[in-house]
Amino acid sequence: MSEIQRPLSPHLSVYKWTVASSLSILHRLSGVVLSLGALALIAWILAAAAGSEAYDQVFAILSGPFGLLILFGFSLSFFYHLGNGIRHLFWDAGYGFDKKIARISGWCTLIISILVTLIFWVEVWS
Amino acid sequence: MSLQSPLGRFLGHGSAKEGAHHWWMQRVSALALIPLTLWFVWAIAGIEDLQDQAAVVAWMSGAFNGIALILLIIAVTYHSMLGVQVVVEDYVHGATKVITMIILQLAHIVLSVAGIYSVIIISLGAG
Repeated sequence: MSEIQRPLSPHLSVYKWTVASSLSILHRLSGVVLSLGALALIAWILAAAAGSEAYDQVFAILSGPFGLLILFGFSLSFFYHLGNGIRHLFWDAGYGFDKKIARISGWCTLIISILVTLIFWVEVWS
Repeated sequence: MSLQSPLGRFLGHGSAKEGAHHWWMQRVSALALIPLTLWFVWAIAGIEDLQDQAAVVAWMSGAFNGIALILLIIAVTYHSMLGVQVVVEDYVHGATKVITMIILQLAHIVLSVAGIYSVIIISLGAG
């Protein structure tokens, strides 16, 4: 069975990057990152159940410079995905579709998620 | 030639009323995750000796924490499975798609069961 070469319509590359499209792909990206975060969460719980030796090993990885960088990525992904997810739920309920409002809610989500991530790490550190 | 009537053929190929199931469960699990994840993030920031396994086990052993943690594991793995499925459907095609999907779905179930088992073991004092 040979592939028939049909002409393709212009794809993603022809469109301008907007707040709406950027945040949309960020939502998907952060979701995939958080799936890996779920893996880390379960690994942490498993380690706690496995005993102090296993826990110390997992904790050493997570609290090392590389681990902390990963955890920071998870936390940023989480607060963004949470905020934008709530934004999506409002859309599902039929609110906030107005172009101007959607743009404002997008910027607010982005800024708030970055701020909350920073506040979270300041809290953890102090 | 088929012995089926046109109506019979039509009835056999309907949506089986599952058309919105994926979409709906994604929203339901998302709603569940709002309080569950916020609780977890708040709780985890509050544990004093996070590096101490005994302290973490003591925290997980509480009835409220144990139940909330199991609910979190179920909601997270379910929501993750539904989300990853959509991504795979968009970017992976053919036989690779089917194989990737099966691996990811089984992996999520394994992850979920392993997490729940761990919390139960800890709650029973065997951890």
